[in-house]
Amino acid sequence: MIGTVLTALLSHWRRRPFQLATLLLGLSLATALWSGVQAINAEARKSYAEAASILGGGLSELVRTDGGVIPVKTYAALRKAGWLVSPLVDGWLSAEGGRVRLLGMDPFTIPQGTGIAAAVDPSLYPELIGTNGKLLANPATATRLPELKDRLRVIEDLTPNMVLADITTAQELLNLAGFSRLFLAPNQPLLRPGLASVAPKLAIKPPATANDLGRLTDSFHLNLTAFGLLSFAVGLAIVHGTVGLAFEQRRPVLRTLRALGVSARRIVLCLIAELLTLALVAGALGIVVGYLMATALLPDVAATLRGLYGATVNDALTLSPLWWLGGVGIACVGTAVAAANGLWRVARMPPLAPARPRAWIMASDRAMRWQAGGAAVCLAGALGAATVGGGLVSGFVLVGGFLTAAALFLPMILSSLIALMARWSSGPIGQWFWADTRQQLPGLSLALMALLLALAANVGVGTMVASFRATFAGWLDQRLVSDLYVTVEDEADIPALMAFLEDRSDAVLPIWHVDAEVMGAPAEIYGVVDHPIYAANWPLLSALPDTWRQLAAGTGALVNEQLARREEMSLGDRLPLPGGWTATVIGIYSDYGNPLGQVVLPLDALTRHYPDVDRSDFGILVPEQNRETLTAALTEEFGLPEDRITDQGAIKEFSLSVFERTFAVTAALNFLTLAVAGVAILTSLLTLASMRLPQLAPAWALGLTRTTLGKLEFIRALVLAALTFTFALPVGLVLAWMLLAIINVEAFGWRLPMHLFPLDWAVLGALSLGAAGLASIWPAYQLAKRPAADLNRVFSHER
Amino acid sequence: MNARALLPLLFCITHSLAMAQGLSELGQTSEGYALPDPATRFTFPDDHGSHPEFRIEWWYVTANLKDAEGTDYGIQWTLFRIALSPNGEPDDQMWMGHAAVSTPAGHLFSERLARGGIGQARVTAAPFEAFIDEWRLAGPDLATVSVTAQSHEFRYDLDLSSNGPFVPQGEHGFSVKSFVGQASHYYSQPFYSASGTLTLPEGEVHVTGRAWLDREWSSQPLAPDQTGWDWVSLHLSGGEKLMVYRLRDLARGAYVVGTWIAADGLPEPLRVGSLEMTPVEWAEVAGQQLPVVWDIVHEARGIAIRAEAIYPQSWMGTEISYWEGPVRASGSHSGEGYLEMSGY
Repeated sequence: MIGTVLTALLSHWRRRPFQLATLLLGLSLATALWSGVQAINAEARKSYAEAASILGGGLSELVRTDGGVIPVKTYAALRKAGWLVSPLVDGWLSAEGGRVRLLGMDPFTIPQGTGIAAAVDPSLYPELIGTNGKLLANPATATRLPELKDRLRVIEDLTPNMVLADITTAQELLNLAGFSRLFLAPNQPLLRPGLASVAPKLAIKPPATANDLGRLTDSFHLNLTAFGLLSFAVGLAIVHGTVGLAFEQRRPVLRTLRALGVSARRIVLCLIAELLTLALVAGALGIVVGYLMATALLPDVAATLRGLYGATVNDALTLSPLWWLGGVGIACVGTAVAAANGLWRVARMPPLAPARPRAWIMASDRAMRWQAGGAAVCLAGALGAATVGGGLVSGFVLVGGFLTAAALFLPMILSSLIALMARWSSGPIGQWFWADTRQQLPGLSLALMALLLALAANVGVGTMVASFRATFAGWLDQRLVSDLYVTVEDEADIPALMAFLEDRSDAVLPIWHVDAEVMGAPAEIYGVVDHPIYAANWPLLSALPDTWRQLAAGTGALVNEQLARREEMSLGDRLPLPGGWTATVIGIYSDYGNPLGQVVLPLDALTRHYPDVDRSDFGILVPEQNRETLTAALTEEFGLPEDRITDQGAIKEFSLSVFERTFAVTAALNFLTLAVAGVAILTSLLTLASMRLPQLAPAWALGLTRTTLGKLEFIRALVLAALTFTFALPVGLVLAWMLLAIINVEAFGWRLPMHLFPLDWAVLGALSLGAAGLASIWPAYQLAKRPAADLNRVFSHER
Repeated sequence: MNARALLPLLFCITHSLAMAQGLSELGQTSEGYALPDPATRFTFPDDHGSHPEFRIEWWYVTANLKDAEGTDYGIQWTLFRIALSPNGEPDDQMWMGHAAVSTPAGHLFSERLARGGIGQARVTAAPFEAFIDEWRLAGPDLATVSVTAQSHEFRYDLDLSSNGPFVPQGEHGFSVKSFVGQASHYYSQPFYSASGTLTLPEGEVHVTGRAWLDREWSSQPLAPDQTGWDWVSLHLSGGEKLMVYRLRDLARGAYVVGTWIAADGLPEPLRVGSLEMTPVEWAEVAGQQLPVVWDIVHEARGIAIRAEAIYPQSWMGTEISYWEGPVRASGSHSGEGYLEMSGY
């Protein structure tokens, strides 16, 4: 019996393979986008957790309060006093495709249970220790370090983007005389003096966690998740459309089955089995596509996270098959949500229900009012979150609520716009066209909402990225004041370098800095000399009239925007600095792309308070025409390796390439979302086309040819798309403003000026018309080619 | 006491933990190192310091202690030096410290490792100082030192002062370890009296007693057939001291030698063939059967001593593991001392 019922139900798909394909496509697309994006996020989080466990392993650490290196002597004094600590050297090696983290450890004292101790098999220790000790790296990381080829020992499952070595090897490669920090072993001996009496400059820092990195990269992942969610919602719109269509078209079959005595329950069970099978197939397909998508996007994402945050992320996916199975689950849940409505109707359908045209029933003003009410609630929630809450999450609630509200308002707005158009139109065909369009609205509204979301996201994110890019490029132009940047290998060479450059350049600007903790978070402290080029080139967001003069006089400090926002500091505030002194904030500057707080001090204040600053970087002012000569002279006469000299252009190019890569993923997701919205429109139009015959037949009978009707269908799709786009534009601009003024500030600590790019809108408008047009061609063509008998039959079936 | 810990342990181990295996591979060859020479005579205080031209070396203190009620305690303090290369540079030395207390409530031990050249471990001859981290054996000279070590569970602080000379072991300090001639330079200070404090989980205990220092250095691993080592040092009631070791050899049977030290410190070597050191009773320790009672017999000297572990569970579960604890002597002579057994 069940077999017969199933055969009867499934015959539908055999007769409409295209519909089947659409359903599978929609469901797989939704699954693919969702699981692909989640795969990227999960992979990144996994890498953060690995990195955190390697870096900390749950142990507290001793660090210099002023951020400097810990002298070997201090370490020995601690051990001799009974402090069980183990040294760690932490730094970065430049490598192909971005820097690589180098960790130097001490095999003799590394506490068991640390991530490093767990990562390195003790049988490797002898290879690590001694002059020319080996470096451990995973295969992918090893290939990025060809210069160290002879010293690398490849370990298959080591954390990506990380190299492990003995402390002496790491010190040699990083040119470091001490240790970065000391692990504090969990079991300390019975008697030991207080830390202050042995190492007064050190402080105990609680264990590092994955959250430290997670916090920095949160916004990035939220961004991806939002896109994944949006794509999933849009994909479900397709499924909803297709499943609705299939139910509609199978009404006669269902009615016949009921009439033959099959219970509604059995039919529903059969339909569920059918949907489940489809969901499993589409889900499987979806995770394959999702996997491919994630694999394609991950290298860019990993490179971005490395470049922006120094996070170590795998270039390749390493998630377990079980994780991917979750994707199939998502497909099933999605199908259930999309098909619930249809199943409900089948379950309640009286055995002899007529195949009533659904479109009429759905055109209810009441539904529209409900939606408007929902929209108002969403909007109120969004605004409430924005005023009451704070932080990134409430920012996203605001954005989410606003977008949902906009989508829910859409049918009402379109309906009003169409009503307006109808009033201006004359002639019976015009009147009928608008009335019919309006009456079709409910059936198309879900697809149009999907289109709206896709378009608004496109406009919003596009505007944000373009604004960011324009600001960033302009800012780079100003901020990179020096013409050449050099890094000396040995600080002993500095006086010689200064003397060498004395006559050959206009000025030498030290770019000395120290990494330290400012107000409880990692930060960079830089020093600048007194030179007019800073005042001329460095844009300040807020400044005193004599900021640069004060700085030249050796007082005050500049802070970057993110630090000022985080600590709610303004001009004149006292800034507590490591080492127990304070400086007055005399200027705030923009510092896009930097996840850390930054402080700029007069150079002598920097060196006085932090004698251990890193003095290896210099900027050189030199006229354009002398640049090449000087570079050559630095290499040949002074013996500075070529890779230690960078010109301004190269830095700018590199920074912009990091930027482009960051948003490559956004652009790809943007496009995919729009494509999915196009498919949603197609499926909705197909659904409607088959239901609309009763409405079209009278128009045909009154003399409109099928070709004209087809053309009108095509035009109608374009009009709806155009109206949706018109509404999407302001929504997108508000979204862009929210992203720039709220999300960016919360996520990164900088606010970007908003630039408008009307040309992009034109392209997007054309694209959306194209998508809608493309989606409506097939249904319109079908209508135009429909046998007249079909239309005739409408009248013979008239009840 | 010494040889046993490192020679078999560092070179023959197959059973110890991976880390020990890893680090012990650092010096598997004697190539390039100085070799023990029978013609060498000790010069003090220089020879109290380290001999980086040799591959391995140790400073080894054991003490038999009693509290006011007469309860037995034992402590061990050991510093090993292992060269990673023959160039003798401080950077190329690895240091390992072992410390333990044996008490009625149990055996507590701890271990430290350090690389040389960064000030974390070092030995200087005069004034004498040997340390790894906060563990120290130091004094104006090696005849009068204080010794301290601790872990998160125990700590001891003892003053040692000797009333007798340093005693060369073997033939003028040239101590042969096998039938095929492997040897080390070896001397002892068996005449320390000790007093101080043990800090135990049960509380602080004031103790007094006798201590024994072994100094030994070499470059040669044991012969391939030698599987392990049993060593005993005894303070006898007449003021004499006895040291006996037994290297277990798969091919040739045990290689047993020793030294009889008169109360005035005059050593008399007890040569191979004249001595017997035989296990009498076994006990289960750390999951294996270990001999915890030994008979030591030297007929010519009239020695027939039974040495019995006071705390049979004195297992050093360090990266390189072995048994080390206090013993009580009875039979022809009575007294107390320390037993070490490795390679089981």
